[in-house]
Amino acid sequence: MSQSDTHVVILGAGHAGGTAAALLRQYGHEGPITLVGEEPIPPYQRPPLSKAWLKGEADADSLALKPLEFYAEHNIDFRPNTRAVKLAREAKQVTLSTGDVVTYDFLIIATGARAIKLPVEGAHLDGLLELRTAADAEILKATIGPGKRLAVIGGGYIGLEAAASGRALGAEVVVIEREPRLLARVACEPLSTFFLDYHRRHEVTFELGATVAGFEGENGHVTGVKLADGRVIACDAALIGVGAAPNDEIAKEAGLDTARGIVVDLEARTADRSVFAIGDVAHRPMPIYERMFRMESVPNALEQAKQAASAIVGRAPPPGEVPWQWSDQYDLKLQIAGYAFDVDRILLRGDPASAKFAVFHLKGDRVQSVEAINSPPEFMMGKLLIANRKPVDLDKLADPSISMKEVAA
Amino acid sequence: MAKITYVEHDGTEHAIDVKTGLTVMEGAVKNNIPGIDADCGGACACATCHVYVDGDWLPKTGAKSAMEDSMLDFAENVEPNSRLSCQIKVSDELDGLVVRMPESQH
Repeated sequence: MSQSDTHVVILGAGHAGGTAAALLRQYGHEGPITLVGEEPIPPYQRPPLSKAWLKGEADADSLALKPLEFYAEHNIDFRPNTRAVKLAREAKQVTLSTGDVVTYDFLIIATGARAIKLPVEGAHLDGLLELRTAADAEILKATIGPGKRLAVIGGGYIGLEAAASGRALGAEVVVIEREPRLLARVACEPLSTFFLDYHRRHEVTFELGATVAGFEGENGHVTGVKLADGRVIACDAALIGVGAAPNDEIAKEAGLDTARGIVVDLEARTADRSVFAIGDVAHRPMPIYERMFRMESVPNALEQAKQAASAIVGRAPPPGEVPWQWSDQYDLKLQIAGYAFDVDRILLRGDPASAKFAVFHLKGDRVQSVEAINSPPEFMMGKLLIANRKPVDLDKLADPSISMKEVAA
Repeated sequence: MAKITYVEHDGTEHAIDVKTGLTVMEGAVKNNIPGIDADCGGACACATCHVYVDGDWLPKTGAKSAMEDSMLDFAENVEPNSRLSCQIKVSDELDGLVVRMPESQH
């Protein structure tokens, strides 16, 4: 158990940082906790920003991980509108944007990732939006509606979820994607095709294989997206969702290893025993795939918050996890378990035309990952098979009339 | 407001006043009660907010959706009184509800 005067400072009050603070208290840490966040509000869930928030079904209160009073009641010094500007590891001190200097016994860096900006002409115009924070979502919500035309730059999950919400609010939506297919970096071809068809049925239009050359505007406000082939796609607003980069500068300047994010071990600890990094900013080991990578997902943020909090209080580490994520678009629930590393075959179970199917990614006869559309059994059992590495009978797996329980038995 | 008693697997009880309109899961999470992880925040995507509903309360918690039913079918240690607490909306009618937590949410 950590000492009652052990001070834990958490930089970043997102899902990872907020969870780490709450878990430290839940696990019995008695010392002071300081939680430093750039945004004006306490930690909240980000996934609904592209869905329920845009549709007016969620607000800051309902999305808050804990109510504001929780932090004072649990002796957590929550400092909103504040960020760290300098880390001095030898002195174990962090300088904040307010000028305050705080001394830590343990530091948890949970500064997340930021949206990548497009370095093109017109990128300064009003009406060019991103979607990382509640403030971003509020601007987007105020912008889209009946009669408005939203251009979504980037056919990834955030872009597609925003497209679905935009349609639900009556806006016209066009998605512009550089690659020839949607979700090119994160999903397989059958899933890309399925989502393309599904969105088209909801009257979203697409420009695939299209490079954005710049933005056109009038009176400082965007009026269109200029493509490399010279065409201009008219719009009232453009949401840019082309990926994110880790906010790892403070660690880098302090001499920590930041290959592609802050490098940590299985306890979420950096090479400095007093410094942890968790969530989107961390480059972490994933034993089931025998490699390290950086993940941008809520389950990863929660998992690493558990790892760091456990290590700090001297509690047994959480059991090894299978990474997973989800996406909701229209009436579709996509659940993904694992990552498709070292895959030599793809197996389809079910019929995409029924909007209920799963794609299994296999290495020999072992499941590496599964993408399940409206198919909880395939997701749940797929996750189990990824964890236990059991070989599967591929004929049975391909036959939806055989239950997943039997396949996984 | 409805008083809901959350019982951890080791028997520790937490009696909490939960605002009407929240879910039973949100009542636990917002009060930092251990044993309900709710990784997905209520999207019915993860089955880490599994609870057992005590005694006669089960019918009052409403019907399970096909999605919840399907997720529960593959969760661990499922009993006939199992529910995903993110799918139970708190109403005045649930004042006095008791839910128990499974040994683990994985």
